[in-house]
Amino acid sequence: MWNRKHLLGLSELSAGDITEILDLAQHYRAAALDERKAADTLRGSRVMLMFFENSTRTRVSFELAAQRLGAHVTAMQMEASSVKKGESLKDTVWTINAMGPDFIVVRHSSSGAPWQIASWVGASVVNAGDGTHEHPTQALLDLLTIRQRKGRIEGLRVGIVGDIAHSRVARSDLIGLAKLGAEVVLIGPPTLVPEAFARMGAEVSHDFDNTIHQCDVLYMLRIQRERLGSQLFPSVREYSTFYRLDAQRMQRAKPDVLVMHPGPMNRGVEITPEVADGPNSAILEQVSNGVAVRMAVLDLLYRNRR
Amino acid sequence: MTDILIRNGRVICPDQKIDHEADVLIRDDRIAEIGTTAASAAEVIDATGKIVCPGLIDMHVHLREPGDREDETIASGSAAAIAGGFTTILAMPNTDPPVDNPAAAEFVASRARQADLATVLPAGAITVGREGKELTEMALMSLAGVAAFTDDGSWVASSNVMAKALKYAKLTGLPIISHCEDPGLVGSGVMNAGMVAVELGLPGVGRSAEEAAVARDLVLAGETGGRLHITHVSTAGSARMIREAKARGVNVTADATPHHLVLTDECVRGYNTCARVNPPLRRQEDVDALREAVRDGTIDCIASDHAPHAAHKKECEFDKAAPGVIGLETTLAVLITELVNGGILTWPELIARLTIGPARALGIAKGTLRPGADADVTIIDPAAGHVIDPATFVSTGRNCPFAGRSVTGRAEIVIVGGAVKSA
Repeated sequence: MWNRKHLLGLSELSAGDITEILDLAQHYRAAALDERKAADTLRGSRVMLMFFENSTRTRVSFELAAQRLGAHVTAMQMEASSVKKGESLKDTVWTINAMGPDFIVVRHSSSGAPWQIASWVGASVVNAGDGTHEHPTQALLDLLTIRQRKGRIEGLRVGIVGDIAHSRVARSDLIGLAKLGAEVVLIGPPTLVPEAFARMGAEVSHDFDNTIHQCDVLYMLRIQRERLGSQLFPSVREYSTFYRLDAQRMQRAKPDVLVMHPGPMNRGVEITPEVADGPNSAILEQVSNGVAVRMAVLDLLYRNRR
Repeated sequence: MTDILIRNGRVICPDQKIDHEADVLIRDDRIAEIGTTAASAAEVIDATGKIVCPGLIDMHVHLREPGDREDETIASGSAAAIAGGFTTILAMPNTDPPVDNPAAAEFVASRARQADLATVLPAGAITVGREGKELTEMALMSLAGVAAFTDDGSWVASSNVMAKALKYAKLTGLPIISHCEDPGLVGSGVMNAGMVAVELGLPGVGRSAEEAAVARDLVLAGETGGRLHITHVSTAGSARMIREAKARGVNVTADATPHHLVLTDECVRGYNTCARVNPPLRRQEDVDALREAVRDGTIDCIASDHAPHAAHKKECEFDKAAPGVIGLETTLAVLITELVNGGILTWPELIARLTIGPARALGIAKGTLRPGADADVTIIDPAAGHVIDPATFVSTGRNCPFAGRSVTGRAEIVIVGGAVKSA
């Protein structure tokens, strides 16, 4: 990791790189939750957050992570920027880069945008989610959460349920889990879980009820209501009937199954409140781990810059 | 006009099945004779070690004028044609405004005459505004010099309109060129649907988007007896259907591009916007099937689909990048290197696909060195090695997927209507 300038995707990391990040994140867990335990590892550095897409948790999480390492943070409001006047992506990042930031943390709706940005700037680029491609820090915090709660990742069977085809979270999780030796089964209707994913090292199932009992971890994805009317699935009602995680379905699952969700949730659509807020859920721990993981990522990248 | 004698070259004229050393004599703007001639002429070109063939024809070129002169102009495009060895090009009508009426066709023809470089034949749109609804004034456009009809860039989605177009165009004797891509099946796709698309998180276009459209067009051509040409064929399935249709007598011809004969969707890795093109770069098995189809004549000709774009239209997010690659100045060298030197095609087969093939597809009296034919000649140095460098191109476009590739072969001298042209 220390010889990398950017964190763009898990596809570029080795199992060793990933483990190194998780170990450092574990160390930062206390500092992640308590302002008084902050470090000054990044003191004097500048972190620019450029979020071209909306975000609650990822944005705030990166902001806190950078600040708790002592960095100066500027969180740009892209909706209020000259992007609205038609300024190109290249001009936008060149302009910011000309002001000398150490880090550009970017979320963008176009797959590949962080790679293109990395070729245009001198700053270190951290991908906070690009199109339907990758969301590496999300996957890293998911891996940390699984490791904490289950004690290991290797040999676990993880079911990812929902709109796999359009999920950058699912892709990054699949890549990370496979590299660390877990088995992944992708679950959802055929239009949302294409068979092609089987060639990425996962199994594919369209039958949640008969797969759920095999899983040590159930990772639920948000069903995007925007997809309704695009002939991908006919109604929320039909989707929920067959793929929602609710108390009834939980009876088919292992008693100690870990329930996770990247957020934001559509309560009632892909998961019910009693499961999301219940004893098997690690959803809020994921969020806490997110700050720690992002501190670890910034720390490791900064070592390479000095 | 001075006579020209081209001496000692390897003359390849597939129309006459000639492939041997000979001299070519041009008188005025016509080919006078081929042979070992004792004739003298005012201008003598020594073509020792070179290939002398009919002027190359590219039947799919976007010149962007009228409208998008920042991408290319008729002048710069016809100069790029000369630089690439092409004496005749067919200009696509998806300009802004489109060439969907006789006045626009006359404008293109007149600009081309002013440039006085390659012969530019305008193509006219099939439907008004290329909207796929009403037929254009095909007969009047034909009088204005249009050589073919196409809504290229778009497929005529209404089967009823396409059937009527195939029937009506028979009045002109000109072909209907179809860009086979069903927009409903393309959706938001930006590259071939396959493992690379899955890994890059980019929406994919299945081969069905092209093959369903090809199937429909072949059925309509068969039933109407219309004259159909399918352009930029990109899949093995399309090639198979065209082969089968020809075997049962459907009046169809087809072309493929150099990039679809050489590159696959692997080129998109790294989000390379110079690899974004419609139809998209496909799999190796499609490339292999297309090569076989070119070899056995199922695909009659190779056309570049030269599609220049100003830099800012490509230096952006992949899903916002304009689709298209340039090709006039790389086609010959890429085909020589990959297909001839790669053992897929012989020299006469390659020359046929660039001369008599497109000439017959368009029904024009070019692509041959028959005595009396127009004196359009291309002289090729088959051994000139170089590295493709878009910065040196005459075209305004720089969006080239072959940049940096080492290739062999170059057009050295290009004669149009008996006059030597320089780009």
